[in-house]
Amino acid sequence: MPTPLVVSDVAKSFTMHLRDGVRLPVVANVSFSIKSGECAVLGGPSGAGKSSILKMVYGNYAVDNGQIIVPYRDKLIDVAGADPRTMIGIRRDMIGYVSQFLRTVPRVSALDVVAEPLVARGVDRTDARHKAAALLTELNLPERLWSLPPATFSGGEQQRVNIARGFITDHPILLLDEPTASLDLQNRDVVVSMIQRKKDEGIAMLGIFHDQDVREAVADRIIDVTAFAVPNGAAA
Amino acid sequence: MSDMPLLRVNAVSKFYGSRIGCQNVSFELWPGEVLAVVGESGSGKTTLLDCLATRLAPSTGSVEYRMRDGQFRDLYRMSEAERRFLMRTDWGFVHQNPADGLRMTVSAGANVGERLMAVGDRHYGNIRAAAADWLGRVEIAADRIDDQPRAFSGGMRQRLQIARNLVTNPRLVFMDEPTGGLDVSVQARLLDLLRGLVSDLGLAAIVVTHDLAVARLLSHRMMVMKDGRIVETGLTDRVLDDPQAPYTQLLVSSILQV
Repeated sequence: MPTPLVVSDVAKSFTMHLRDGVRLPVVANVSFSIKSGECAVLGGPSGAGKSSILKMVYGNYAVDNGQIIVPYRDKLIDVAGADPRTMIGIRRDMIGYVSQFLRTVPRVSALDVVAEPLVARGVDRTDARHKAAALLTELNLPERLWSLPPATFSGGEQQRVNIARGFITDHPILLLDEPTASLDLQNRDVVVSMIQRKKDEGIAMLGIFHDQDVREAVADRIIDVTAFAVPNGAAA
Repeated sequence: MSDMPLLRVNAVSKFYGSRIGCQNVSFELWPGEVLAVVGESGSGKTTLLDCLATRLAPSTGSVEYRMRDGQFRDLYRMSEAERRFLMRTDWGFVHQNPADGLRMTVSAGANVGERLMAVGDRHYGNIRAAAADWLGRVEIAADRIDDQPRAFSGGMRQRLQIARNLVTNPRLVFMDEPTGGLDVSVQARLLDLLRGLVSDLGLAAIVVTHDLAVARLLSHRMMVMKDGRIVETGLTDRVLDDPQAPYTQLLVSSILQV
């Protein structure tokens, strides 16, 4: 089994320059790896640093030290030190991300929001829209909403658009930040089966799920984030 | 994406006497990449843009551009005629004030067609058809083609300026506060239009703006300037969500939440 994501000795803190340079440690000594076809779930209470870990893997948060190794174009790339151009490529081809909230763009339809990651990889727009439509159907998003920009959608509707957008590609690594938080039971089950399908396809997944039923249904392994706490809040 | 940058900027500085316009700026821009340069008024971002776009000669440093034949040329070692040709064909420049980029007393169609004539197109029917096509793409009604931009609203003028710049299929577009001075609703429409055109055409762009929301929506990566120097660079969402430099933290924390 290949291991597309290896995180070793990663530490993260925030330095608040507007508050006299106060340093807020978040996590330290974060080490784990994820195999293809495996879904690992970050566990621990709010504020333990689960989302911060996901954001570092995606290059959205800077990393103080340590390495986040991802294979990309026959090389091993350290996300923690990758230049923006490499990171843009890694996001296009290697790492997908379902964020907790959808950042909407004015005037772009839900269907195109979902299709966009495929179009960015050079897939024909019509084909991408077909695939987007299939995913939105599976997630029970009413067809009358597809042509509308998601800004005015309910939380659950926006989340389903977000999930479809994250699942439409075959990124070898998929990060899931509470994708089921505002879904009803029926749609939660749909997402669970979509995650199962990704496992069968050999996708490595790292997720945060507060919902215990979903967690039990999808997690192959729990990574306890409290083990990465910084001792006494001291600087790592 | 090509494996060579389109623009190489090496240690560009511009001094106005003893005052610093911008200092020691280096970066590369790749095809299809949108770079936002942000900072407050007086941070040097417009000075830098003018140095890159050959509107203002830098005091030191060099700016190299990869021509269509694949060769890098130092912009400030070209002849004035070569530079002008580049500006008219391979580049676009979208000014904050549309009146600076348009000819206000000729028709909308002529404003767009003029750039085509500059690259040697002489067939009136083709030029008019291309102009009409571009007016449509920037959402200007076909029956306004013979009107002068004087009779257009601010948002329409800005869209016309964009059409005029893109009609020659440039590879690199400079934009100086492209949504500055427009109403918020007009801004949203323009941003959406720009975002679509930039990605459909695979344009490289350098966008100067003080508006971080504009940078978030349009750019892949960002450069933050203060007092003529770059204080932070990185992926746009990284710089905005986890700013490292004290000044960037101040900028990001000063955004009003709606």
